[in-house]
Amino acid sequence: MSSATATGLANAAKAIKPRRPRTRRGVELAMLVFAVLIALAAYTDVGMARSQKVPPDILTYGLGLGALVLVAHIAVRRFAPYADPLLLPCAALLNGVGLVLIHRLDLVAPKAENSDATLQLAWSAIGVVAFIVVLVVVRDHRRLQRYTYTSMLLGVLLLAVPSILPARFSEVNGARNWIRFAGFSIQPGEFAKILLVIFVAGFLVAKRDALALASHRFLGLDLPRGRDLGPIIVAWLVSVGLLVRGRDLGMSMLFFGFFIVMLYIATERLSWLLIGLLLFCGGTFIAYHLFAHVRERFEIWLHPFRYAKSTGYQLVQGLYGFSSGGLMGTGLGKGRPDLVPFAKSDFIISTIGEELGLTGLMAILLVYVVMVSRGLRASLSVRDSFGKLLAAGLAVSLAVQVFVVVGGVMRLIPLTGITTPFLSYGGSSLVSNWALIALLLRVSDSARRPAPPPTPRPDDAATQVVRL
Amino acid sequence: MNKPIRRVAIACLLLFAALLVNANVVQFADAKNLRDKPGNTRTLYAQYDRQRGDIVTAAGDAIASSTPTTDTLKYLRTYSNAPVYAPVTGFYSIVYGATDIEAAENSVLAGTDDRLFVRQLTNLITGRTPQGGSVVLTIDPALQVAAYQALAGRKGAVVAVDPSTGAILALVTSPSYDPNVLSSHDEKSITANWKQLTADPNNPMLDRALNETYPPGSTFKLVTAAAALSNGGYTPQSSIPAPNVLPYPNSTKSLPNYAGEQCGDGKTTTLIEALTISCNTAFGALGETLGQDALRKQAEAFGFNSTFSIPMKSASSVFPTGLDDAQTIQSAIGQYNVRTTPLQMAMVAATIANGGTLMKPYLVKQLVGPDLAVIDTTKPTAIRQAISAEVAAELTTMMESVVDKGTGTTAQIPGVKVAGKTGTAENAPGKAPHAWFVSFAPAASPKIAVAVVVENGGGANDATGAKVAAPIAKAVMSAALKESQ
Repeated sequence: MSSATATGLANAAKAIKPRRPRTRRGVELAMLVFAVLIALAAYTDVGMARSQKVPPDILTYGLGLGALVLVAHIAVRRFAPYADPLLLPCAALLNGVGLVLIHRLDLVAPKAENSDATLQLAWSAIGVVAFIVVLVVVRDHRRLQRYTYTSMLLGVLLLAVPSILPARFSEVNGARNWIRFAGFSIQPGEFAKILLVIFVAGFLVAKRDALALASHRFLGLDLPRGRDLGPIIVAWLVSVGLLVRGRDLGMSMLFFGFFIVMLYIATERLSWLLIGLLLFCGGTFIAYHLFAHVRERFEIWLHPFRYAKSTGYQLVQGLYGFSSGGLMGTGLGKGRPDLVPFAKSDFIISTIGEELGLTGLMAILLVYVVMVSRGLRASLSVRDSFGKLLAAGLAVSLAVQVFVVVGGVMRLIPLTGITTPFLSYGGSSLVSNWALIALLLRVSDSARRPAPPPTPRPDDAATQVVRL
Repeated sequence: MNKPIRRVAIACLLLFAALLVNANVVQFADAKNLRDKPGNTRTLYAQYDRQRGDIVTAAGDAIASSTPTTDTLKYLRTYSNAPVYAPVTGFYSIVYGATDIEAAENSVLAGTDDRLFVRQLTNLITGRTPQGGSVVLTIDPALQVAAYQALAGRKGAVVAVDPSTGAILALVTSPSYDPNVLSSHDEKSITANWKQLTADPNNPMLDRALNETYPPGSTFKLVTAAAALSNGGYTPQSSIPAPNVLPYPNSTKSLPNYAGEQCGDGKTTTLIEALTISCNTAFGALGETLGQDALRKQAEAFGFNSTFSIPMKSASSVFPTGLDDAQTIQSAIGQYNVRTTPLQMAMVAATIANGGTLMKPYLVKQLVGPDLAVIDTTKPTAIRQAISAEVAAELTTMMESVVDKGTGTTAQIPGVKVAGKTGTAENAPGKAPHAWFVSFAPAASPKIAVAVVVENGGGANDATGAKVAAPIAKAVMSAALKESQ
């Protein structure tokens, strides 16, 4: 055997040997730097447009955002090294852009004390802390399965609290979906969202076979048995009922959306989608006839300009904002997004449409597409059923939330108040979405992590070592 | 579970596709429609962010301009000598939008006109705030003021035109209003003023010169005479029947002369004489002979049954269809349902003055960019030859006779030959007739053509065109001739 063949064989052997998959943390870091630079460029742009100079606090702002992002990155390197490299940069980009937009809106209506942008930056920091805590505490997402029913209880409790509290502790702008005390206000629905995804995933993994196999046949459709259906219907009714009572229609649609989608994924049966669709249509029909505020939403959606000076004012002003932005937008700081009520929270997307134009709006929407697709990719590649359902549920809830709010603001569907993930002003939404991203990273880390090398079995070792 | 997850992924993608398509609709396809919505104050705010251009008279005085303010709307629109120019400038209001020139030339005034694109692009690059361009009008301030003062608050209108070009030298309506009170930045006071103005029974915001139609009365005899001279084989000296009373066919009623007067010998008269003394029975009979189609054809050649855009659209003057003989007789003397705007009658006079060519009336002489470069100058255009040059000359002679020795002697100007025609139009039973006068001067080489209407004679008891309207026309013509000397 010649030496050349020998090295050839050796090389072949090397090639066959499974390589550790790359962690791609370098890509993540580069993308993070890019995201921070975009946010800083936008911040500078606002300063130039409003006062013809680079904002003096650009360094503070840059360092603040940079530090947050860096800490998050180090946490991922340490606790989820194989996690998807795009999710964190997307979240950072949206959070950074959101901060700039809130700062830009602050400039039009300055407040005496802390500006909203400063508060949002503080909330971003808390969000990143929540992100790290989730990564540290949840070392394996499968452990969450143990807390299936705890999650449900906690989630339903969170949803129930505002309905039980007196209105002055829970009502903001006609919707009773807040918990307010001592200057703090939380939207518990945002947190309940994650808890209920965990519950549905855990519940479905346990009941999957029963739901998928045992069935009645009815009209050519395989319908599940009542007792399998029971708990989930109850949970659904409770959460949706509470939401309807709290007038939080957006959240209600969001919950419904991921319930149905997760059921479909777990059972692989289209009948669930049909049942869901029927329930949704029925629910909408009943709500339309029962509640004046639901009818009003439909009416505004159909004829916004008829109510341009009253109930449809916000929607119409938003549409005017979008149209004045056109293809390229007015440029940051050069439009009048302040004419739209709640421009910082529910209607922040109209500020994007007006000042960054159709181009900027589509770019932002595509960032969400990337986030959702990375979440679903983690769901596809993770090996355990719970992980699949968890990641899919979280990713779908993100997609539905964006659809509900952007579609509502742009008059594709009736408007229901809900926050735009990462962009909108508001601590609860920001913190819960950072936690959501942490969970998606956890699942994607587990999906891409190489199988641990076979550990030597202790009893094998015992047989080899002969003790004398 | 991967198969349903893939399907869900596709569904999510469809949701986002729907959002993207919808965004394109809202921000691109439907954007113009949304921007132009009447309630869209955003467009208005954007316009208040830059200095709006001036509206300037032919003499160079700014009658509408924008001054910087310290409130949220950066510029305030102000009007000088406001009521005099109100029917021309219109108003520019945050509540009620814009009217007249403010609306018609908005793109230039606001600086969004495509013709300003290159200049605005330079501004964009150099970072200067873009400005609007100015609109220079054809309005001669001396004539405008003279006409407004001559009307002296009476309900009515005056239109003066340069016959050879169609340039509108004066466009006056009375009573008028102050556009400043609608163009302030105080929404409450604007609404209150609006309510007051719209509730005013005198209707001060109505542009009577362009948008109100009146029965033209005897001034319409010019159109009937033109029809006769053009296609009836008539000359000014032709003898035509002129009974003291013209019975309506198939009716017991009849048409009398004004105040029961007699024309000529009470049997026949000449065409020129009939016009000079404004003989109703002669023109009624003439109209009956010519027929409604000939009258309508001639009226439409002068511009009836269509509108003028100056660039504001005028109301359409009307010569009705489907007349019976009695109605034709009445229509021939400008009664029954014949209606005209003062602008239309000014154009009839101007056409006769201009050798029969009807020019397109216009109010905007020039558009000037913010850098004072002229971006557009209106070229006079002919609409059509409404009557031949010979007929125009014959009508001129007849109209001179009216002022020399007929009903229009009150419009005589020493040393100048004036051609004119009076009108005293019945409008409602028990109400004083509208006083009309249309004229041009000097008759040989006309510099100005005028139409004046005073509603119900301005309240005078024995109001006629000669007594009430002719002196106003005379004042305006004198002002014009004094200038051209």
